[in-house]
Amino acid sequence: MIREFGTNEFLFLLRAAQWTVVLSLIAFVVGGLFGIVVAVLRTQPFAPLRWAMTGYIQLFQGTPLLMQLFLVYFGLGLWGLRLDPWTAVVIGFTAYASAFLGEIWRGCIQAVPAVQWEAARALALPYGPTLALVILPQAVRIAIPPTVGFLVQIVKGTSLAAIIGFVELTRAGQLVTNATFRPMAVYCTVAAIYFVLCWPISLASHRLEKRFGAALPRAAARF
Amino acid sequence: MTYVFQFGAVFASFPALLAGALLTIELSAGAMVFGLALAVACAFAKTSGRRWLRWSVTFYVEAIRNTPFLVQLFIIYFALPQLGLRLDANEAALFAMVVNLGAYATEIVRAGIEAVPHGQIEAGRALGLTRLQIFRFIVVFPAVRTVFPALASQFILLMLGSSVVAAVSTEELTGIANSLQSRTFRSFETYFVVTAMYLVMALGFRAVFAGLYWTIFRRGRPA
Repeated sequence: MIREFGTNEFLFLLRAAQWTVVLSLIAFVVGGLFGIVVAVLRTQPFAPLRWAMTGYIQLFQGTPLLMQLFLVYFGLGLWGLRLDPWTAVVIGFTAYASAFLGEIWRGCIQAVPAVQWEAARALALPYGPTLALVILPQAVRIAIPPTVGFLVQIVKGTSLAAIIGFVELTRAGQLVTNATFRPMAVYCTVAAIYFVLCWPISLASHRLEKRFGAALPRAAARF
Repeated sequence: MTYVFQFGAVFASFPALLAGALLTIELSAGAMVFGLALAVACAFAKTSGRRWLRWSVTFYVEAIRNTPFLVQLFIIYFALPQLGLRLDANEAALFAMVVNLGAYATEIVRAGIEAVPHGQIEAGRALGLTRLQIFRFIVVFPAVRTVFPALASQFILLMLGSSVVAAVSTEELTGIANSLQSRTFRSFETYFVVTAMYLVMALGFRAVFAGLYWTIFRRGRPA
């Protein structure tokens, strides 16, 4: 029996959108924690660790997110773990986010003028405190706009979870389409929900960029 | 872990995978050419067009940038037939990629246009050139040169993102991989090899873009 695309179907989409949000937040927060590690290891003095992190970043930036998800999904099966879309998707997106955020934050750490490192060294501050007390507080300011911008990429990226069968917004759209045969109405609604989620984040990123970006040239002009 | 890796089944079908990779490259190259053309037109409209034209370009760019590619693909493949526009899987994939890339590249090209020194545009105006002539002869070349690295990374992101079009049964690299793994049950091995192929293609594209940049913008500069 063909159903109409009515209030119940719309509510079903909204409930599925909650999973999109949850998945995005997990990927962003956990991926961010690992991303800090990636960024710090990528900028510390010991070369082999730096190379390893460069390889890690290159690997994730040079391959499709969908392939990363497939590899995690089927890779879990190799270790005899249950093929569970939820686990696979969480691990996949976390790794993906950690590589991209790590690369963004590496750029921000390196954008802090080298004289700051030298000044800290002249004061006999060890590596750890220099990083934590001198460099990172300055890097965070530069990092906020692109980090917020990447959050949009994550929200949109979670749509790929639909392909391995995890029911989030896009998968819910497919299910509702199959029940109602109204692809135009359903997918446009799905797109609109994504837009409502992403548009404010995009705007915020743009605003922050203007605010912090305007401050940067002035700071540089002092040297 | 007691799993025994068997890559034999994957390599037995390597010609099919290569054919899929070729389609991926063809789709990506086509989307790059048409998408860049679309982006240059939209960027022109956005920087110098009438208000309604500017607004429709802004709407297009924001709508695409804040919704997932997968949903855009579904709208084009499943929903457009409702309006009487029926595309086969390859056409839908190419169309979706052009529309998607066009939006991202519009913003990139616009940034390049705004970086062109204003004096040059005024000089063009003083020579009595029309707006289109100024754009064509003065603005577009330096604008694209300035943002070429950003465009190149966007192109590579597009190529990697194209793995998603397998979801509407396009037989590109991921599509071939999907049918191969369901025939051989060697999912992990298949996706491992395919991921490596994507990595090689990403590196290849990067080398090609570096070569293009050198040929077009460094050596003999066309007038």
